[in-house]
Amino acid sequence: MSDITLNAAPKVAEAAPRTAPISQIGFVGWMRANLFSGWLSTAVTLALGYFIIRWAIGFVDWAFVNAVWSVPNNQTQACRDLRGVGACWAVITEKHRFILFGTYPFEEHWRPALCVALFVGLYVVSAMRRFWRKELALIWAVTLAAIGVLMWGGVLGMPYVPQERWGGLVITLILATFGLAFAFPLAILVALGRRSKLPAIKAICVIYVELIRGVPLISLLFMASVMFPLFLPEGMNIDKLLRAQIAIILFAGAYLAEVVRGGLQSLSRGQYEAADALGLSYWQKTGFIILPQALRLVIPPLVNTFIGFFKDTSLVLIIGIFDLLTAGKTAIIEPAWQGFGIEVYLTVGAIYFIFCFAMSKYSQGLEAELNRHRAR
Amino acid sequence: MSETLEHIASAARTDAPPAILLDKVNKWYGALHVLRDVSLNVALGERVVVCGPSGSGKSTMIRCINRLETHQEGQIKVNGIELSDDLKALDDIRREVGMVFQSFNLFPHLTILENCTLAPIWVRRMPKKEAEEVAMEYLTRVRIPEQAKKYPGQLSGGQQQRVAIARALCMKPKIMLFDEPTSALDPEMIKEVLDTMVSLAETGMTMICVTHEMGFARQVADRVVFMDRGEIVEIGEPNHLFENPQTERLKTFLSQILRGH
Ligand SMILES: Nc1ncnc2c1ncn2[C@@H]1O[C@H](COP(=O)(O)OP(=O)(O)OP(=O)(O)O)[C@@H](O)[C@H]1O
Ligand SMILES: [Mg+2]
Repeated sequence: MSDITLNAAPKVAEAAPRTAPISQIGFVGWMRANLFSGWLSTAVTLALGYFIIRWAIGFVDWAFVNAVWSVPNNQTQACRDLRGVGACWAVITEKHRFILFGTYPFEEHWRPALCVALFVGLYVVSAMRRFWRKELALIWAVTLAAIGVLMWGGVLGMPYVPQERWGGLVITLILATFGLAFAFPLAILVALGRRSKLPAIKAICVIYVELIRGVPLISLLFMASVMFPLFLPEGMNIDKLLRAQIAIILFAGAYLAEVVRGGLQSLSRGQYEAADALGLSYWQKTGFIILPQALRLVIPPLVNTFIGFFKDTSLVLIIGIFDLLTAGKTAIIEPAWQGFGIEVYLTVGAIYFIFCFAMSKYSQGLEAELNRHRAR
Repeated sequence: MSETLEHIASAARTDAPPAILLDKVNKWYGALHVLRDVSLNVALGERVVVCGPSGSGKSTMIRCINRLETHQEGQIKVNGIELSDDLKALDDIRREVGMVFQSFNLFPHLTILENCTLAPIWVRRMPKKEAEEVAMEYLTRVRIPEQAKKYPGQLSGGQQQRVAIARALCMKPKIMLFDEPTSALDPEMIKEVLDTMVSLAETGMTMICVTHEMGFARQVADRVVFMDRGEIVEIGEPNHLFENPQTERLKTFLSQILRGH
């Protein structure tokens, strides 16, 4: 101890803290370090900058400056004259109701519109940690039931609308929301089951995951729509949408189960033992100790899978269900509007993007917040 | 030899009912015979220190007592309840037996206070407020009440281990098991944890403690158990055992320990 003090340098007056040189901090410093650090980097920056700006100007010209926003009664000649120079947003103005709601009766469009609003409201409420209580399950049940009533109608003076006429964005949201709402709990049970000590449960879970993962979603959807009815007794018929929904739930469940299992595996045995030693029951241990930690660890791959399935719902188009993408495709079949695919697909893509990007952004925030305990 | 062993094993405090009884316990991991005819009788309020070379089965033995591991032959009774496949009996035993691990095993996603109140609330069905009061009382006793709102990752190793002790105590166990509670700690933190354990011993808690801290053994242990290769080789009062080792194995072990310190 004492020799350290002996060897220590004599104490000098502390230097007053200075700010770093201006050339190394802030925007200028960042630019210098990342974009102009040498002649090669400067050249690349300038060249790329030139192309990006040129492309952006071209896009703005096409999408906004030269664009046609509406045309009188399907007279698309004005649009066709501007092919390649200006966008024809008139197709969206004309067809947006069809893209959003499909063949749902026109005067009843407020119903699917309200459903979309309910879905978005449900997402927002579920996203807030303040509402993460038991009541949330009730909110979900009530909202989903309300959406069912609104879509089908037949009560409260709303005319009945058969499922075949539903379509557009609302179908995509139904498939994705119900799909993930059921697939996620299923996945957790399967992931837990795969680690069960009971051989029968374990075997069932392994077989389920391996079977479902082994086939493409498209073939599952085909089976659901074509083969499944063959096994049903004469006269009994399960709604086509429901069949597709079940196929999606089973498919997503298998993938999510593997993600969840990855999280379970990364927990140390000590966590299980500590919970056991305290006398917690299996479900208490799982609910309070294991799952909260395992799920936090897998938020990024979990959300990755969620986003993937949100988009994969568009595969239902092959069995003739009218989701957002199918509605967009169908909108431009009419001769007057043929050839305006870019505008429609950009719009549909933008809608998908909004939902997926929101999911992604939200998950980043959630991850940071839930893993705060890991920061020192 | 075996006669004296038996004698010492049952000599201590025959008046009190046995808190833990191990009778000819055998355990295998596959073909590996890790516990061989282990018999031990621990009276209520007794403090037993278990030592022995690495791999001798110390952890396995105390983990059998709260059934983190299952034994294959012999009998284990805790508070008169026999350990078996009966889940009800297991629940009763785990409620009465607290355990402290070498690697702390705190729940990192819960605050210190939540770590301490979870089991009392859900296993003992204690009202939340009461559980928190009890937890604060024990956290005060291990001298870290001011850390209650922090997460385990924000504490030093010594502090974490003291929380782990408090967490186990919050269940008001009758018996405490310690599995090398100080071996994962830096030297300057060992003392704070040992002090906590000494003061716990002073309250009359029944304790079984696997440790190589000979000073601690001398200070609090009623008996020291020396294990080697799955067997209990010697049992005795700490001073007696350390000064007059009867077997070659214990002599070798003690000389290694002393050299290591
Ligand atoms: N889960 C397991 N599977 C197989 N073998 C095991 C397992 N756990 C322990 N063993 C073996 O059992 C023997 C006893 O292990 P145990 O952990 O009880 O020893 P220990 O006395 O606590 O040693 P240490 O001082 O290193 O902690 C060792 O040979 C070990 O390799
Ligand atoms: Mg050990």
